[in-house]
Amino acid sequence: MKNMSQYKVEMPVQDPLVRNKNFEEVALGYTPEMAMEEAARCLGCKHRPCVEGCPVSVQIPDFIARVAEGDFAGAYRVIRQTNALPAVCGRVCPQESQCESRCVRGIKGEPVAIGRLERFVADWARENLTGEEVPPVFNGHRVAVIGAGPAGLTCAGELAKLGYGVTIFEALHTPGGVLSYGIPEFRLPKYIVAKEVEGLQKLGVEIRTNMVIGRVESVDELMDEGYEAVFIGSGAGLPSFMGIEGEALSGVYSANEYLTRVNLMKAYREGYDTPIRRSRSTIVVGGGNVAMDAARCAKRLGAEVTVVYRRSEEEMPARREEIHHAKEEKVQFRLLCNPVRILDDGNGNVRAVECIEMQLGEPDASGRRRPEPVAGSEFLIEADTVIMALGTSPNPLLHRTTPGITVNRRGCIIANEATMATEKAGVYAGGDAVTGAATVILAMGAGKTAAASIHEYLSQK
Amino acid sequence: MFKIIKKKQLNSAVTLMEIEAPYIAKKAKAGQFIIFRVDEHGERIPLTIADSDAERGTVTIIYQAVGRSTIMLSQMNEGDSILDFVGPLGTATHLDGYKKVCVVGGGVGNAIAYPSAKALFNNGAEVDVIAGFRSKDIVILEDEFKAVCSHLYITTDDGTYGEKGFVTNKLQSLIDAGNQYDLVIAIGPIPMMKFVSKVTEPYGIKTLVSLNPIMIDGTGMCGGCRVTVGGEIKFACVDGPDFDGHQVDYDELMKRNSFYKEREHCDVDTCRMLNAKPE
Repeated sequence: MKNMSQYKVEMPVQDPLVRNKNFEEVALGYTPEMAMEEAARCLGCKHRPCVEGCPVSVQIPDFIARVAEGDFAGAYRVIRQTNALPAVCGRVCPQESQCESRCVRGIKGEPVAIGRLERFVADWARENLTGEEVPPVFNGHRVAVIGAGPAGLTCAGELAKLGYGVTIFEALHTPGGVLSYGIPEFRLPKYIVAKEVEGLQKLGVEIRTNMVIGRVESVDELMDEGYEAVFIGSGAGLPSFMGIEGEALSGVYSANEYLTRVNLMKAYREGYDTPIRRSRSTIVVGGGNVAMDAARCAKRLGAEVTVVYRRSEEEMPARREEIHHAKEEKVQFRLLCNPVRILDDGNGNVRAVECIEMQLGEPDASGRRRPEPVAGSEFLIEADTVIMALGTSPNPLLHRTTPGITVNRRGCIIANEATMATEKAGVYAGGDAVTGAATVILAMGAGKTAAASIHEYLSQK
Repeated sequence: MFKIIKKKQLNSAVTLMEIEAPYIAKKAKAGQFIIFRVDEHGERIPLTIADSDAERGTVTIIYQAVGRSTIMLSQMNEGDSILDFVGPLGTATHLDGYKKVCVVGGGVGNAIAYPSAKALFNNGAEVDVIAGFRSKDIVILEDEFKAVCSHLYITTDDGTYGEKGFVTNKLQSLIDAGNQYDLVIAIGPIPMMKFVSKVTEPYGIKTLVSLNPIMIDGTGMCGGCRVTVGGEIKFACVDGPDFDGHQVDYDELMKRNSFYKEREHCDVDTCRMLNAKPE
């Protein structure tokens, strides 16, 4: 029996005014009954538009059909054929612009809750399936993966399944990349990241942390050591600043620094040594997902939080759901507003931010209406902390130390779109290192494509 | 895990440790640093590489126990291991092509000045070292420096050892005596580096300082270590830690370094040079 409700089965969430004081997960996930009920909304279309919307081509109607039957283990096997990190994707993918945007049920009513179902299956499998995976037989070829973020983890998983000996080199002390240092616990619990990484290790992937490739070893040295191919998934971790007066004051953070202290170093938790400013009043500059994450973390650390964004809500690049969650948690928004300078309290600390009102003018090159300052509209917002969430670009360390790798003017590594091959033989790149800051699932798609190319390259060698 | 191979107390507050880290040992150059984390609850703390031995696969760090993490590290012993040790980070000091150099170290900063003096000396430069300390009981690395320089001048603030006074006084007198340095390297507390740079500025002597801002990742992804140099924002962990001493905004750096003072004791408060100006 199909469930013909126009609406998704609701997923329970923590109450906004309770959750904005803790770091526990906001969304609580489906029960088996809820999952089966929602799965019954899928029509099992023959032409499968949803699958085309998924960058890693999860066979969506197949896994959902198994959920509807209550065969959760079977559903998990279907997902795992194409997706190495389903518990992550089910939580952080922007499904509304990917799989769910193509769902036939979305034409009249809400699409099938594919993300929630994927998440349910992955969570169920984590709690109920044990020790299933046996590492494939080593095929004699070794591949190095630089960076243990979504692109690198996916590429490593795909190659390991094919029998390659894969070593991931990670600069930080914990694998996961943005999944570990960027996305907060309340959206993506870190034990889930750790568990998904463990799954890869069970496939035989070796992860070496504390290895900054470009400093401790070069790409060429890795190849000399017997790695026949290299995948660069080093991300886009270099934060941008505005270049305004007062940006060097104490209390001004890049979102990367703020989130790294909170998520990776657990500065919010008792018993951890890394400090963080316990702010009364925080301003977050920017309108992307990173800005929402930073704002919601600051709120949980006890601050009054205002997001300052130079365009209107319509142009905000953050997911609607994240903006909605932030508003429910009492994060304030000052839209069409831009910081001009940051004021000093006399001791080198932030006292306030001078902002100017903006209005939208003609569309710019990106097609979005260009924000222009309204003369004479300056005003002050009192704050002791400012978090700059203005976007990031690729770290230059790898290409500077790797002859043969070329980058475009934004510092992104140049790689063939179809194969992820760089201009250096045997070296592939993907994810934010190539595209600049984008999404987790696109990075995973790139990692998957690169793995297929590496397999083809080494098979022909 | 990274094993502590050797531990030696250089004075009551300063400890030397040799850590087993063969990959880092193979690549480390003067001016570069490591970041360590003692255990799962620990913070990431940067320390400059004082020496390295590629054959033994060890990296030497010398540090003063000033806060929680350095105190915890100083309580560990030979045979113990720390959880994380990553490097070599930062850009190595450019040391080629100099004929006559003065290396100025202040306090525990001498540990960082030492590898630069050694590299310059091995490159064939004439090296004068001015090593400044508060008092006799905290003098470190005297024999090590002697082996890698033409002249070693030790100063103490209170005159209990070597010459009485600050390193800036000694540097000024060496310049006045006609020494023509083509490079001065100053490594120590921020006020000391600031005032050494003030001494050399009128003579146009190129001066390198090694900055010590607060760091987290040390790989250029957070900007916590940003400093203003010549009016531009630089990330000390990738662009530095060495910078042109005449271009650095020291006051800003000092304020930024005291940001977490309530959490971590900071040596800015106790530095005697802050209130003293070179004559």
